[in-house]
Amino acid sequence: MASDIQTNLSGAEAPKSDTQLGDVILRTKGLTKHYGGVHALVDCNFEIRKGEHVAIMGDNGAGKSTFVRQITAVEQRTAGKVWFDGQYVEFDGPLEAREAGIETVFQTLALADHLDVPDNLFLGREKTRFDWLGPFRVLDYKGMREATRQGLEKTGVKIPNLSNTIQYMSGGQRQCVAIARTATFHSKLTIMVEPTAALGVQETEQVENIIRTLKEQGEPLILISHNMRQVMDLCDRIVVWRRGRVVANLRKEETDGQDVVAYITGAKTQPEYADAA
Amino acid sequence: MAEASHGIGGLTFDTSKRSLPPEAGVAIALVLIVVIFELLGRLLMNDSFLFNTRENVDGLFNVARLQIIILQVSIIGIIALGVTQVIITGGIDLSSGSIVAATAMIAMSFAQVGEINGLENTRAVFFEQGLVDLPVILPIAVGIGCGLVAGLINGLLVAYTGIPPFIATLGMMVSARGVAKWWTAGQPVSFPTESYAAIGAGMMPVFIFAFLAILFHLILRHTVYGKHTYAIGSSEAAARMSGIKVARHKVLVYTIAGLLAGVAALVLSSKNLTAQAGMGMMYELDAIAMAVIGGISLQGGRGSILGTVLGAMIFGVIISGFTFLRLDAYYQEMVKGAIIVGAVVLDQWRQRRAAIGK
Ligand SMILES: Nc1ncnc2c1ncn2[C@@H]1O[C@H](COP(=O)(O)OP(=O)(O)OP(=O)(O)O)[C@@H](O)[C@H]1O
Ligand SMILES: [Mg+2]
Repeated sequence: MASDIQTNLSGAEAPKSDTQLGDVILRTKGLTKHYGGVHALVDCNFEIRKGEHVAIMGDNGAGKSTFVRQITAVEQRTAGKVWFDGQYVEFDGPLEAREAGIETVFQTLALADHLDVPDNLFLGREKTRFDWLGPFRVLDYKGMREATRQGLEKTGVKIPNLSNTIQYMSGGQRQCVAIARTATFHSKLTIMVEPTAALGVQETEQVENIIRTLKEQGEPLILISHNMRQVMDLCDRIVVWRRGRVVANLRKEETDGQDVVAYITGAKTQPEYADAA
Repeated sequence: MAEASHGIGGLTFDTSKRSLPPEAGVAIALVLIVVIFELLGRLLMNDSFLFNTRENVDGLFNVARLQIIILQVSIIGIIALGVTQVIITGGIDLSSGSIVAATAMIAMSFAQVGEINGLENTRAVFFEQGLVDLPVILPIAVGIGCGLVAGLINGLLVAYTGIPPFIATLGMMVSARGVAKWWTAGQPVSFPTESYAAIGAGMMPVFIFAFLAILFHLILRHTVYGKHTYAIGSSEAAARMSGIKVARHKVLVYTIAGLLAGVAALVLSSKNLTAQAGMGMMYELDAIAMAVIGGISLQGGRGSILGTVLGAMIFGVIISGFTFLRLDAYYQEMVKGAIIVGAVVLDQWRQRRAAIGK
């Protein structure tokens, strides 16, 4: 693939990245999001390469989820540029981001309470028959149920009945449904926001194994987590956020838990991000 | 034998102990109400509500009464099919009754005869233009088109302006009634062609209602459209993050509701052989009531066509039952109101209990 593509999908002129994209799968430049007076995300430069697993850490309210919402076009950014998979992108909405190859487990999990497990797993991209019927194309319940069973078994979760609505399922069961949804569909970039926050010991281990499998398959991942051990175990690089800004970009080999905490709390800031502090 | 293969991760689930679908409760209520009227009939009227007591008529059941029960709810039932879908998305449609009136007036104008008893029908709306004795497909197309446009406007308002569905469809309720009056300056439109009169003749309304009910039952259960309708009502944010085009889907749902109101207008004006600006008054509330009695949740995400059909049956049985007991229409309305409120209270109570047990 050409290393520095300057047209978007429609072939129109688009901002050119000043350094070569090469094997960078996602790059943001000056990404900014204001909610009225709240500057939730300020001038964020971030990149992740193919096959790389990057952790984003930071205190509550640091802007991590906000960053994810801009990348996935759940919200429209205030300013800044985003390149994904060799293209400059301005996704109109989450569907476009997903179709381009970004799979996300949101903190809110984005599940519909009154639907059952397979329905949620396939929400927005159902297996169907008679596709010429447009919006009235027919659901392939059997196929979705089978794929759901396979996807969930990878997470190791226990769910007594897949056809129960998920509203009364436990927090961990719901989280596993959301993760299985991401793991079932191959993607160019996976984003997980606190994927194991509600999970038991065994389920956490299973989910971490799913993440390791992604790594082996060379699928890049952005992991947002408050769990230092997990981040150190699973990721190649840690980017630290503070009050909406990036304050450190650390290779795992060059840092340790205490060091990262120092950046999170503001005791330390990397010189190249000094103006952010 | 119980099939126990629905669970994963080593857990099994005994499918023979699956809890009853929510419609079962409504069906039981329907049976109970019929039994009550039967008992009251035997006690007070010395007659049967359900069974045939006439010697000159064959058959076990009082077929005439059963037909009336279904017939009198089938037209509002058609509207309720659309209202059900709107409520499942978490919305509401108050405009159906007015859409019925406006659509009936306009459609009927294209269905009038040119001659009555050998005299020219100069009072036909389009007599001067020569638009009389038209093939029936034309008024049908006009009627469906009117309902569709009204529903489309509702949908666009709800999906793209952010005003609550209650307000958007309230606006349509008032405006469409205005259109109905303006169309002929308040004059009724009568004398339809024979083929138009056939649309709603005899038991036709029941057949149309049954056909549409089955069609939309299948659509809601088995198509992407149905799944997304429930998903939006369950959690609009989740639906949006999952990539469902929420606004576009809502437009479709309200358009279908308008279209069904248009169909109801055709059937009603055909059955009555006339269209008037005041017709369909309060139909929207009866349609909502049928859905509510059928177990729909006004918060969205829950409800079904089957439930609404059962709700419509309960409605019909109550009206017939009161007539059978020769009680005044006033009592009917009072009891109808109480039942609607009762159904909502029951639903909320059920949901609260379920939430506490969580
Ligand atoms: N829609 C919004 N309107 C106003 N302020 C918002 C909005 N969304 C987020 N914020 C604010 O932006 C800041 C960043 O929030 P964000 O959710 O990105 O934090 P986070 O890093 O994900 O935190 P956590 O670890 O608690 O999940 C917070 O101060 C939050 O209150
Ligand atoms: Mg967050």
